[in-house]
Amino acid sequence: MFYRENGQFKTSYKADQQVFPILQDKIGVWLLIAAAFIVVPMFAGDYFYQAILIPLTIMCLAALGVNILVGYCGQISLGSGAFMAVGAYGAFNFMVRIPGMPLVLALILGGLCATFFGILFGLPSLRVKGLYLAVATLAAQFFSDWMFLRIKWFTNDSPSGSVSVSHLNFFGIPIESAMSEYLFCLAVLVVIAILAKNLVRGAIGREWMAIRDMDVAASVIGIRPMYAKLSAFAVSSFIIGVAGALWAFVHLGAWEPAAFSVDVSFKLLFMVIIGGMGSIMGSFFGAAFIVVLPIVLSLVLPAIAGAFGFQISTAGISHAEFIIFGALIVWFLIVEPHGLAKLWSIGKQKMRVWPFPH
Amino acid sequence: MAFFLETLFGGLMAGMLYALVALGFVLIFKASGVFNFAQGAMVLFAALAMARFAEWIPQWTRIDNKIVTTTAAFILAACVMFIVAWVIERLVLRHLVNQEAATLLMATLGITYFLEGVGQTIFGSEIYKIDIGMPKDPVFLFDSVFEGGVMVNQEDMIAAVIAAVLVALLSVFFQKTKTGRALRAVADDHQAAQSIGIPLNRIWVIVWCVAGVVALVAGMIWGSKLGVQFSLTTVALRALPVVILGGLTSVPGAIIGGLIIGVGEKLSEVYLGPFVGGGIEIWFAYVLALGFLLVRPQGLFGEKIIDRV
Repeated sequence: MFYRENGQFKTSYKADQQVFPILQDKIGVWLLIAAAFIVVPMFAGDYFYQAILIPLTIMCLAALGVNILVGYCGQISLGSGAFMAVGAYGAFNFMVRIPGMPLVLALILGGLCATFFGILFGLPSLRVKGLYLAVATLAAQFFSDWMFLRIKWFTNDSPSGSVSVSHLNFFGIPIESAMSEYLFCLAVLVVIAILAKNLVRGAIGREWMAIRDMDVAASVIGIRPMYAKLSAFAVSSFIIGVAGALWAFVHLGAWEPAAFSVDVSFKLLFMVIIGGMGSIMGSFFGAAFIVVLPIVLSLVLPAIAGAFGFQISTAGISHAEFIIFGALIVWFLIVEPHGLAKLWSIGKQKMRVWPFPH
Repeated sequence: MAFFLETLFGGLMAGMLYALVALGFVLIFKASGVFNFAQGAMVLFAALAMARFAEWIPQWTRIDNKIVTTTAAFILAACVMFIVAWVIERLVLRHLVNQEAATLLMATLGITYFLEGVGQTIFGSEIYKIDIGMPKDPVFLFDSVFEGGVMVNQEDMIAAVIAAVLVALLSVFFQKTKTGRALRAVADDHQAAQSIGIPLNRIWVIVWCVAGVVALVAGMIWGSKLGVQFSLTTVALRALPVVILGGLTSVPGAIIGGLIIGVGEKLSEVYLGPFVGGGIEIWFAYVLALGFLLVRPQGLFGEKIIDRV
């Protein structure tokens, strides 16, 4: 098979510590990125952009952020929707209050707002863990739901809490068409994914994983739990915040606090579970799964029902979606706790040793 | 003063209902260490079942006696909850023995979605009424002390009485019966309980059944008050801080926590809300629980099980 590293010898530490030490992986990833930037825009139509590609890239980013916190550092969070909301409203405020604010800077500042919020609500993680922390992060969710609905300052005194942005541009290049929106989101995703990948395989990522695997042992060998946990909260909520700002600015355009409800938090957690906890690749798989599944179901279910001669309502489809989500989560937790990412790596391993089974 | 008392009573009554939902959480956590996020979905599922059975039974059997149909609907719904408990144990919990608490929590999240979907597919997703014949008129207490008296909803009082009876029954069940003793043994130490011959799987089914019945009662009361609909699941989210405040393993904690949260919510909404724009009921309980966690992580009556780093 072509996927085999025979003959690829490393003669320096630098070569050994590459992100993708195997040449085929490196080429594959470059090809994938090139395809996403060049090939996809050649074929995709507007519906495809709006319904699938743009939500997908943004949700990949958000899932990546959640995965850093939940998958790498082991701090269960049910408040990711709140971090997205803080990022979105933070960026919105910088955008409307400071004239001439560049989009990228607004996104970063929005992300920093989310970082601050995340650290604030991450503080309980120093005292409590596991289940208790999940509830503590729910507090962040409900607090932000209320804050953006009731405190008028955040929504620039709009009466209903719904706000909008328009005329986005990236250093003078307008981001108006669906294709430019997609490319912009994709660019942000690629940059942050590369940064995150390097972060989690560096010293700080190892600290997070040590805390996740056994916090007492980690602190015995000299890892400061406070520093590790809060930095995980900070990095994760920054990424989630940027994703939230993109979701609001690029995908929705006009939004209200309900766009970042507790449902979003759950969905993000599901993405991480199904995709694979503690894996950058898994975040993408999970996001793709959760974003695409409802669309597939809404196409497939009526067809199946039609084949048996009865009709299925939109409510029925959404119930089916609930059932399938629920069943899948339980199934994944039981059968493959490492998610789709694990299946992917099993597949790669099989290719490496082919034609031998072990 | 009369207004304050009215608010206080309202809070106590609401708190009693929170306590009822919280009780479901505590029961399951006590006996199996599973933080059952699906309690809210179970409340919805049970209430939906009961509302629809009460509607269907007259159509099936042509018996038009309200007491008979209500009782039959309750029993049928309870049976459905037994089946749900058995299926959950069989298909989910059995495979997740000795997993981390976080994994189990996420599994119950999956169960939540599953139950919500199945419940609404089988029983429909409209707003249904549960009518168990509770009097709706308000009564006025302390007429002689305050002008106009203190208005209290009769419905609320009956609900509180039902909840209190249920709690008393559960305490007796836990303290006096053989099964109750086995449950407490399992709660203390799974392995030790198993080694003296207590069947873990059966205990789990029993606990989930009991939690299902508690969910049914909670759903019945909430449903007759507000109607059965999807938003009932959010009741569970309201009951979470109650469990945290009271301590995860304590039945009295759930009740006192529920009362504190109920009263705190109403009082804060009335007296604090106007200053910050209202609607603080939603997060007040959570922030209260959060603050409490920082001071006393195990809750009011909880056992000190959290190992700090």
